[in-house]
Amino acid sequence: MTERYRIGIDVGGTNTDGAVLDSQGRVVASAKTATTPDVTSGVRLTLETVLERSAVPRSAVQLAMLSTTHCTNALTTRSGLVRVGLLRLGAPATTAVPPLVQWPQDLRAHVLAASFILPGGHEFNGEELSPLDLSAVRRAARELKGKVDAVAISAVFSLVNPEHEQLAREVVLEELGAEMPVTLSSEIGSLGLLERESASALNAALTAVAGKAVRGFEEAVRAAGLSSQLYLGQNDGTLMSLDQALRFPVLTIASGPANSFRGATYLSGLRDAIVVDIGGTTTDLGVVSKGFPRESAAAVDIAGVRTNFRMPDLISLGLGGGSLVREVAGGVVVGPDSVGYRLVDQALVFGGDQCTATDLAVAADLADIGDPARVRHLSPGLVKQGMREITRMLEDAIDRIKLAAEDVPVIVVGGGSILFPETIAGASQIVKPPHFDVANAVGVAIAEVSSTVDQIFTLANRRREEVLEEAQQRAIQQVIALGAAADTVELLEVEELMLAYMPGDARRIRVKAAGRLAFT
Amino acid sequence: MVSELNIGDIEEIAIGATILGAGGGGDPTIGMYVSQQAIRDHGPVRLITVDEVPDDAWLIPPAGVGAPTVGIEKLPAGSEITTAFRALEKYMNIRAFATFSSEVGGSNSLVPVAAAAILGIPLVDADMMGRAFPEIQMTTGTLFGISAWPLSMADERGNRVVMETMNNLWTERLARVLTARMGGRSIVCNYAMQGRDAKRALIWGSMTLARTIGRTLQQCRQNKQDPIAALLRLLSAHLVTRGKIHDVQRRTDRGFALGEVHITGTGPHTGEQVRIAFQNENLIVWKNEAAIVTVPDLICILDEATGTAITTERLRYGQRVAVLGIPCDEKWRTPAGVELAGPRYFKYDVDYRPLEAAHYD
Repeated sequence: MTERYRIGIDVGGTNTDGAVLDSQGRVVASAKTATTPDVTSGVRLTLETVLERSAVPRSAVQLAMLSTTHCTNALTTRSGLVRVGLLRLGAPATTAVPPLVQWPQDLRAHVLAASFILPGGHEFNGEELSPLDLSAVRRAARELKGKVDAVAISAVFSLVNPEHEQLAREVVLEELGAEMPVTLSSEIGSLGLLERESASALNAALTAVAGKAVRGFEEAVRAAGLSSQLYLGQNDGTLMSLDQALRFPVLTIASGPANSFRGATYLSGLRDAIVVDIGGTTTDLGVVSKGFPRESAAAVDIAGVRTNFRMPDLISLGLGGGSLVREVAGGVVVGPDSVGYRLVDQALVFGGDQCTATDLAVAADLADIGDPARVRHLSPGLVKQGMREITRMLEDAIDRIKLAAEDVPVIVVGGGSILFPETIAGASQIVKPPHFDVANAVGVAIAEVSSTVDQIFTLANRRREEVLEEAQQRAIQQVIALGAAADTVELLEVEELMLAYMPGDARRIRVKAAGRLAFT
Repeated sequence: MVSELNIGDIEEIAIGATILGAGGGGDPTIGMYVSQQAIRDHGPVRLITVDEVPDDAWLIPPAGVGAPTVGIEKLPAGSEITTAFRALEKYMNIRAFATFSSEVGGSNSLVPVAAAAILGIPLVDADMMGRAFPEIQMTTGTLFGISAWPLSMADERGNRVVMETMNNLWTERLARVLTARMGGRSIVCNYAMQGRDAKRALIWGSMTLARTIGRTLQQCRQNKQDPIAALLRLLSAHLVTRGKIHDVQRRTDRGFALGEVHITGTGPHTGEQVRIAFQNENLIVWKNEAAIVTVPDLICILDEATGTAITTERLRYGQRVAVLGIPCDEKWRTPAGVELAGPRYFKYDVDYRPLEAAHYD
């Protein structure tokens, strides 16, 4: 039997990383190139480089995964976003708060062409809040004709019953053409109408950018002579198909940290740990439990917009290999400003004139990079104090991200890993796994596909076990439909939240399942 | 003094109301958007003091009742506020001169702001708790013999109910049941009172206090000043400790979120062990095992760096916090007040002691 391979590409702010893995999941080759402004040419270069190094037959690369910042950049720079029409189904409720009220005004003016609040939606217990008025939906759709490139539809408690959103979509497609991209809030967010609606509108606005990214990836992969099945990494560290990525681009905007957390847990073999990913400018810290990043419970702000995406809980520090080191009264300050990708010519050890965190690590004998002679003049006091400051920053962040007081294993990855001290408070062990510098590309290559069911149930006439079973089965079936091998599907989370003040034993149940993609 | 509430003031009130929520009271964010929109549509709200209310003029406070989880999904129509308000006016055959907040802590701080804007009446600078409490009868209105009924309730469809009950406790019970049937969230109007009673029964200056707290925190943020020190001065508050949360224990009982949070002192507070019991709101603080702040005094857990209130559902291991004890209104510091809302009402075998007394032991 011929060996089969998978390839992972991670586009970050500074570097585009790639890794080729064999069917046993061993890293065969890796590559790192500078991220390019157009993104796609960087992806091509990394892809070519890593394939060449691996020397594997290209026909044997069956799976290719990409994690990219395309959509994040579009939101931050407000470029490439399309005009969106928004329908909210919930009248007579919800009319006191206009859609997207929480957006920065410039983004709202840029994206929102028109919005309507129409009858429809459900109660928490699944009863109709008000009957859906399809003729009102049709009138609204006609008004949007020619003014919008995408449509978002949100309905009250659509997580309990998505039917109104689905029926409204049919009418919109009839009026605006079957090709019109339509985002339903029930497919995209969790509880909280304003945040879910906002995520849906962002998603609709990203339609064109996502199309470009997906086509660019497909072209790069085909140009490299691969016929692989393609997937995109999403915010929670799992994968979706290109078709899903085209429909749900907003779910790709924070896939980077999730991938490095997943890669770290995979490369180290530790399924429960804290991951410290040290890059050139920043350090991300997160928690993995059972091999998956812990999700943030709080709403996450992206480009000034509050959303409730499934995203890893993380702490970002202004500390990286390129962080500038300065002496101040009473001590030494490291970061948050950094030489970033100019590290290779501006750091002392590379012949530059900026004292960076990397120079400290070399002077402290933690790393052997560049020319150590060039940092010999640094005073032992400065080196010691600087390294102590780096340790303090990391210890403080580890302590904040921890779930409990006990010491836990710490996995260190990323190009700036040399900064990490040999011992640190709060860590039961410190692991720097092989291929730590491309953990993010490995993370997206080995990622699983996942699905979540998040809904309010009332136990009026049903047993709790029955309701839990229903939710779990639904999540499992969804994952298998996404391409997972049935025997690998596991439940990652089963959460039950009692709803305060609510008689009838209402509870919110959230179940997440994931499974491994199989080679054919 | 004539004073107006504009769109910019609303966010400040929301920030202050979260602190006065003493860990609970619900997130005022939705109420903030509703009242900002109401002011955009109808103009600014006139804020008047309690002594500007004529003795025989009527006041009605509207409030939201129900599950916060429903509140973030089924947003208000706005009309349920006027529906409930008009229903009570009609039943009592009165016309309200102004409105006020029954509960300045948390989400109900801003419901009457929206009501005042929509109805075009003034908002009285006062409330009936000076903080947040979980039940309808836990008000200074109850302490001064003002009944919680007749009570009107309305939903966004236009359903309205007016009820008269045996006592304030029954008002609470029945209102909960009806709210569930209305889809988990309703607006109630009750505690209608005349100016002469308001002057005795209300806690004066609550809205201004909330706004001042919010403004102070925003200024501290801009000027990079210590928000905790500023709040201690502003509120005549006592600093219980500064430290790190090292454990949060939770359980639910009859629909209430109960639990305990443990904090280890850091910096100048190293060596201090602080334990706080909560039931929606923070109820009792033990420092090195002595109860030093007890409900109805306010116990606030704040983010040490920003001064932002951390509500009980958001408490988490590792957070760096400052714990403040804030004296409650004097009206609560009576035998009746302590019976209605003291530690024993929440089933703790602890006597209420004003925090100033405990602090100087």
